[in-house]
Amino acid sequence: MTTEPDVRVEDKLYQNRYRVDSGRSHIKVTPHETPSPELLALVKLCPARCYELNGKGQVEVAHDGCMECGTCRVLAEGKGDITWTYPRGGYGVLFKFG
Amino acid sequence: MTEKFDAIVVGAGMAGNAAALTMAKRGLKVLQLERGEYPGSKNVQGAILYANAVEKLIPEFREDAPLERHLVEQRFWMMDDASHTGLHYRSEDFNEERPNRYTIIRSQFDRWFSRHVQEAGALVLCETTVLELLKDTKGRVIGVRTDRRDGDVFADVVVLAEGVNGLLGTRAGLRERPARENVALAVKEMHFLPRETIEARFNLKGDEGAVIEAAGTISRGMAGMGFIYTNRESISIGIGCIVSDLAKTGHAPYELLEAFKRHPSVAPLIEGSEVKEYAAHLIPEGGYKAIPQLFGDGWLVAGDAAQLNNAIHREGSNLALASGQMAGEAVAELKGRGLEPTAKNLEIYKTRLVDSYVMQDLKKYKDMPALLHASSQNFFLTYPQLVSKAMQNFLRVDGTPKVEKEKRTLRSVFAARSITGLLGDAVRMARAWR
Repeated sequence: MTTEPDVRVEDKLYQNRYRVDSGRSHIKVTPHETPSPELLALVKLCPARCYELNGKGQVEVAHDGCMECGTCRVLAEGKGDITWTYPRGGYGVLFKFG
Repeated sequence: MTEKFDAIVVGAGMAGNAAALTMAKRGLKVLQLERGEYPGSKNVQGAILYANAVEKLIPEFREDAPLERHLVEQRFWMMDDASHTGLHYRSEDFNEERPNRYTIIRSQFDRWFSRHVQEAGALVLCETTVLELLKDTKGRVIGVRTDRRDGDVFADVVVLAEGVNGLLGTRAGLRERPARENVALAVKEMHFLPRETIEARFNLKGDEGAVIEAAGTISRGMAGMGFIYTNRESISIGIGCIVSDLAKTGHAPYELLEAFKRHPSVAPLIEGSEVKEYAAHLIPEGGYKAIPQLFGDGWLVAGDAAQLNNAIHREGSNLALASGQMAGEAVAELKGRGLEPTAKNLEIYKTRLVDSYVMQDLKKYKDMPALLHASSQNFFLTYPQLVSKAMQNFLRVDGTPKVEKEKRTLRSVFAARSITGLLGDAVRMARAWR
């Protein structure tokens, strides 16, 4: 178990049901030059892999696959790295089983 | 919407449904708001349901609630990379007429629960996100602002049952955002298999169910647990670790889950299954010391939003049900006595909690979360490895005299952890358990 398996999170999320609020992300990353340790941690930590590094080494968020767990909020909202709201009523992840 | 309600309940999970049902049954005019498409669509749990807490709300729930399996067997596994050392408890006593614990699927259970809430007379509005609490000039909560058109709604009291990640309370300054040390991130998959296959693999018949809770090297030295729950035609499998540990170590939760699934003790149980959902959720793990202010002028908080979770006994849904019910009872009692829901009067909610197992259990283990977290390398990595080594040394027959084998086991123990370290952990554990 020492070698981590290559996991395709996209394949996992494909099983889920979402009503995506296109163009209205409920999470916003505060513009930055260099990402904070918290933002960098989210690239690995977000269970839906919503956070990615762009070409300039900045952290970006894509909310489509978000499962609304709130981990990024707990980690990065406090210092203002991100803002987090609930999606509009009826939007976002809709768990079939939960 | 200009009409005023006796109470608004935010959220339609265990706590919210318990509160709304309790108040509606007492004749209060209740509005319940849920941001999901249907009650349960935002909710994630393992999930185990404790009959005792449901019975107090809906005594005849077994007649029509969507229950998966009643639990007859509990397995605790201490795992290293190649093995698990298990403690199994199975009893025919659990095949009783009114079983004590069931597995459930939350989206189904919550919809069933909500039907009871609606039948009791509460108005349930889904697809409605509450944006903020409305307060009067003196700071008393008087209603909520929703994302519907003309979305301000007013009530004498607001019951916050918004879940572990509750934004409203934080936004209104009623409580802090959960600290990263006090929440676990759990990821979980639903693996579907024919029911006969599940019954054969877990040694079950009919609607019997089994539960495996696992700790050890699967969490890579972080404070964390894996779990495997049998449903009727599916297996819920997941793993959760404390968020601060994940942030520090940089382990991705889905990688931990994949490794857990590929463990030689686990893989055969889920082999050939079809995965139909991947979910993630936070779990309150801070225990007694992380419980925020529970009431104030015009508001109460219950369930995960109040961080009511017993991490040691893996109890959360029952604490949510019980706290939701007590919140509802407190509001109904004040209404019945013609008293205003001020902070002073709403203290009866906390008194009820303190007088019950909810607070008493959490208080009993108040030092446990910090202990397990501070010594996570020992409890979740070193000790599981030592136990495995000792078991293997005990069982493997290779011509070594037993006295020598015992010496080897002891040597490996002391090499990994000093005697003062061992004794210290034992004493701290005993104290925290007291």
